[in-house]
Amino acid sequence: MKVHEYQARDLLTEAGVPVPASSVVETTDQALAAFNEIDGMVVVKAQVFAGGRGKAGFVKLCKTADEVREAATFMLSNKMVSVQTGPEGIEVKKLLIAAAVDIESEYYVAVVMDRSRRRPVVMVSREGGVEIEVVAKENPSAIIKQWLHPHLGLLGFQVNQLVAALGFTDKVQAKATGKVIRGLVDVFLKYDCALAEINPLVRTTAGEVLAIDAKMNFDDNATFRHQKLLDMCDPSEEDQLELRANKANLSYIALDGNIGCLVNGAGLAMATMDIIKLHGGDPANFLDVGGSVTTEGAIEAFRIILSDKKVKGILVNIFGGIAKCDTIAEALIAAAKEIGFDVPVVVRLEGTNVDRARQMLKEANLDVLIPADDLTDAAEKVCAKVA
Amino acid sequence: MSILVNRETKIICQGITGKAGAFHTAACIEYGAKFVGGVSPGKGGTKSEHGLPVFDSCHAAVAETGAEVSMIFVPAAFAADAVMEASDAGCSLVVLITEGIPTLDMVRARHYLDEQGTQLIGPNCPGVITPGQCKIGIMPGYIHKAPGQGAKNVGIISRSGTLTYEAVWQCTSRDIAQSTCVGIGGDPVKGLNFIELLDMFQADSETDGVIMIGEIGGTDEEDAAKHIGEHITKPVVAFIAGQTAPPGKRMGHAGAIISGGEGTAGSKIAALREAGVTVADSPAQLGEAMQKALAA
Repeated sequence: MKVHEYQARDLLTEAGVPVPASSVVETTDQALAAFNEIDGMVVVKAQVFAGGRGKAGFVKLCKTADEVREAATFMLSNKMVSVQTGPEGIEVKKLLIAAAVDIESEYYVAVVMDRSRRRPVVMVSREGGVEIEVVAKENPSAIIKQWLHPHLGLLGFQVNQLVAALGFTDKVQAKATGKVIRGLVDVFLKYDCALAEINPLVRTTAGEVLAIDAKMNFDDNATFRHQKLLDMCDPSEEDQLELRANKANLSYIALDGNIGCLVNGAGLAMATMDIIKLHGGDPANFLDVGGSVTTEGAIEAFRIILSDKKVKGILVNIFGGIAKCDTIAEALIAAAKEIGFDVPVVVRLEGTNVDRARQMLKEANLDVLIPADDLTDAAEKVCAKVA
Repeated sequence: MSILVNRETKIICQGITGKAGAFHTAACIEYGAKFVGGVSPGKGGTKSEHGLPVFDSCHAAVAETGAEVSMIFVPAAFAADAVMEASDAGCSLVVLITEGIPTLDMVRARHYLDEQGTQLIGPNCPGVITPGQCKIGIMPGYIHKAPGQGAKNVGIISRSGTLTYEAVWQCTSRDIAQSTCVGIGGDPVKGLNFIELLDMFQADSETDGVIMIGEIGGTDEEDAAKHIGEHITKPVVAFIAGQTAPPGKRMGHAGAIISGGEGTAGSKIAALREAGVTVADSPAQLGEAMQKALAA
């Protein structure tokens, strides 16, 4: 789960991390009021999940009320298109109006889960304000790391070492930076983050240490214990089909191709996409129906697949373990009656109750269903059908 | 021989009176696994539907039954605690089936288990099976072939459940038996990983080769590749799922995500091939590739 920049800022503020004065607005008039209140230069920033805001013109430094009006009106009435949004772009509903500060130097501070060491790691760099992936690739020694102890967290001396690595020598500034690092770690642990990042953290010409931009991702497995995060959730920013699938306990991700996939198990679902590609086709989606799938759940899965109008054929690939082949067969027959398939459906079933499932499909005698013997046969058949 | 579990292994189930726990315990017993009891707080002193004694705590269960392994079906919010309880009670191996456990919970639980010297399989996994002897988990038993029933025996290590069944089925259909199959799970922080299990299979006299099934996310496969190049002499065949997965999207499993350019299938496949591993392009070619590798 993701939250907007302004929400991440709120969580940082709560943890004692200083940020420039700011307000969140939804109209141009509100933007002007916020500008008057801040009483100085501001940065107007579109609140969307996608990156690439700056290049798209959705982050603007404004000196006057006229500039604020122009920027706010533009952002609220145009869709933002960037590398991350796709060509159709996304609508902007909220803006952050933040006091602009005179920056002397920029830093990077983040906490992220280190999978191979099985604990969170704090990463800092003097090269703030740029993409950290680029720094990691071109100048890895510029990133300094300290790992959290699984039970004790970040220890005092580690904070000191990180602050020193950032080059803070002034006592007051060093103390303020230490507080920022501790605050970010607190947020990470308290809210089960997958990533908590301040980029950039800045030192102003006046010697203040401030978090200018923040990004946070949360562990979806842990949101059940964070009502505050659930309240922050913005369903309008999520893919609507993915949300609908979620409600039906299905794991669905839309892709660009034209072959719909219905599979049990995440690994097999990915492998099914791979084998379609290997045989010259293009998957329209990732869809894992899960182990405890019901007939109704599987019918909903077919509805979701078919609501993607790009879909020209469907591949059903089930290796029954906990999930039973006859459940899927029942769903196929019901879906054929209820929704009606207007595209060919290649069906490959193996595992638990497969004989019963095959018998059911045979008796139903549905023209649109094409049985496949194995995975390769299934991929070949569905690719040939949509070609 | 086999690794981790065999027909003598004494097992309890934490969550034995829950729907999933009861169902799968029954299936494991039917397969031949030696279950000796279960844990369900508040139901101590009763019998499970399988006729097994139920205890309030793992400590009581282990003390009374001498269980060595616990299979856990406890809901995600309480699962990490259940794992630590099993460890403290003296289980040497914990098989954690539950999915959806918060990553930070697993960070803490895994550290606790390491300090106690307890091995963990999972979470978010199908479990472990030594065909013909012992099944601890949710995999369909009948697709497997026990050592001695096939021409050769392979060990299987996998991050994915159903893809493991696929590999097992392809082997069984080609007269290749399985010594032990371990589903290590799809989460970012887990217990036993490729490297430890590769070493166990390398040391197991009954295992002739190993199939490893990885997927996008993290760098476990790259680490395993380095290890194989240096330490594993038995043939290894691999498949990496998610070659067509888009970056930044979590593909079902919590751990299956390409982030910051790390965790791509391409990087894993290249590392494995460099280490001399046969990487199948298609998930349908695992059995065939293993057959060729064993004949070579």
